[in-house]
Amino acid sequence: MIENRPIITIFSHLVLILGVMIIAFPIWITFVAATHDSVRMVQVPLPLWPGDQFFENLDQAFNRGIQGGLNLGVSMMMLNSLIMAMMIAVGKIAISLLSAFAIVYFRFPFRMAFFWMIFITLMLPVEVRIIPTFQVVADLNMLNSYWGLSIPLIASATATFMFRQTFLTIPDELLEAARIDGAGPMRFFWDILLPMSRTNIAALFVILFIYGWNQYLWPLMITTDRDMYTIVMAIKQMLDAAEQAPEWNVIMMTTLLAMLPPVAVVIFMQKLFVKGLTETEK
Amino acid sequence: MLKRVHFAPSVLPYLLVLPQILITLVFFIWPASQALYQSLLIQDAFGLSTEFVWFENFQNLFADDLYLGAFERTLLFSALVASISMGFALILSAMADRVIKGSGAYRTLLIWPYAVAPVAAGALWVFMLDPTLGILTYALTVMGYDWNHKLNGNEAMALVVIAAAWKQVAYNFLFFLAAMQSIPKSLIEAAAIDGAGPVRRFLTIIFPLISPTTFFLMVVNVVYAFFETFAIIHAITQGGPAKATETLVYKVFNDGFVGLDLGSSAAQSVILMAMVIGLTVIQFRYIEKKVEY
Repeated sequence: MIENRPIITIFSHLVLILGVMIIAFPIWITFVAATHDSVRMVQVPLPLWPGDQFFENLDQAFNRGIQGGLNLGVSMMMLNSLIMAMMIAVGKIAISLLSAFAIVYFRFPFRMAFFWMIFITLMLPVEVRIIPTFQVVADLNMLNSYWGLSIPLIASATATFMFRQTFLTIPDELLEAARIDGAGPMRFFWDILLPMSRTNIAALFVILFIYGWNQYLWPLMITTDRDMYTIVMAIKQMLDAAEQAPEWNVIMMTTLLAMLPPVAVVIFMQKLFVKGLTETEK
Repeated sequence: MLKRVHFAPSVLPYLLVLPQILITLVFFIWPASQALYQSLLIQDAFGLSTEFVWFENFQNLFADDLYLGAFERTLLFSALVASISMGFALILSAMADRVIKGSGAYRTLLIWPYAVAPVAAGALWVFMLDPTLGILTYALTVMGYDWNHKLNGNEAMALVVIAAAWKQVAYNFLFFLAAMQSIPKSLIEAAAIDGAGPVRRFLTIIFPLISPTTFFLMVVNVVYAFFETFAIIHAITQGGPAKATETLVYKVFNDGFVGLDLGSSAAQSVILMAMVIGLTVIQFRYIEKKVEY
């Protein structure tokens, strides 16, 4: 602090506290809604203070879902979301590590062509090629499967760029030393590159897990089988059902459950999260 | 780009890039080229015959008031989302940059909405602003304002803008704060010695020095508003009422999947693709270049 002006400092804190309250208010309301029964949730004004139905709502959201919606608990969907998010994160990291390794450590014909091909994926978000991509996945018989949910999303230019950047900072002497000791390319990759990129892999994993968990349009399109639904999709179906039967206590409990894993990851792995976010954006 | 020392040429590097390239070809480049091709075709209403029509789909789009309306709406929507979330984040990060005690705690409390799925953000806000039950609707009624986003297009637009901006504040805050904390303290101290107060210092030193970050965030926010907010709109307004919240991406989806007008939907995809390419080029060409002071 440059000057000591307590009034300005207090003012700064007040603004920040107000900001935190505005940001957190929706979550508080959601939490409160998830702790009341459905009778209380149709009486205006809605409560601002938690009730005692938290575990009943948790049980209903988890095991039974809502009437008029899917009539389906979200436990299976959370498992699907978890599998999808893990497959996307691990898949992206694995194929990006390999291609970055090839591009940085080998000289071979079409190297730059491959590099630009990977770069192009950055410019083709799923939203602009929805229908033809859906067609491809349908032709490959990948609808309603974990492969269909994850594989089309795992090509990654940003991850490849980040690993390329990481590898470029690793001193050449290491490779020379490894070669003198008789290590082949894959040995060098496993024993030297991978351990040296550990933090970057972890940081990227945090970001990609959130990305995978929060996928919406893609799972919505390619899953028609109830057993393959993800929890993020369930929110949409419940909101539609809310038009007839507003069981907001269960809907908000489901929303809480859908937010919990990625938010927990951000809070508990904040360092890695910040690192991942700032480094993939370069 | 390439290491000075590298491995002897072999078939190995091809095997290493194979998975990535295969997925890129099958799920990115092939579908994108299909979209390009389909944008030049018109199918009859029953999908029985197709005709190659060159750029007629594009001409139709730019003569279509509905499309032009969606275009304008998307620009307005992106501008609102970007300015609200960036403005809010800028104020908060300027304050967090000032305080010594607790800035880490504030950061934790402000960044978690990044992890909330857009559709969940939509659910939170649509619940609070539900026309009959919402807690904010109730507050507005007490203040004498009658809120119903299911009937009023402007209110529906406000709802999706708020939900989208709320989620994006976290991201902007993180980048603004990092940019501010990397400004050398000596600059600020020199200005303080010369008698510049906190507001003056912010306007003449801090804000100009973080302008590359501001520019970067503008691009990122526009891309976010274009694409990632699809879930919010799809889940809470379905583009309505009366198309008041139909953005370009929503229209691609709706015309293609619901309306089954494949040619027009593909042409819209191609236009969007061109816009993404433009934004990506801007991002890579101009960002990281220092802005002159």
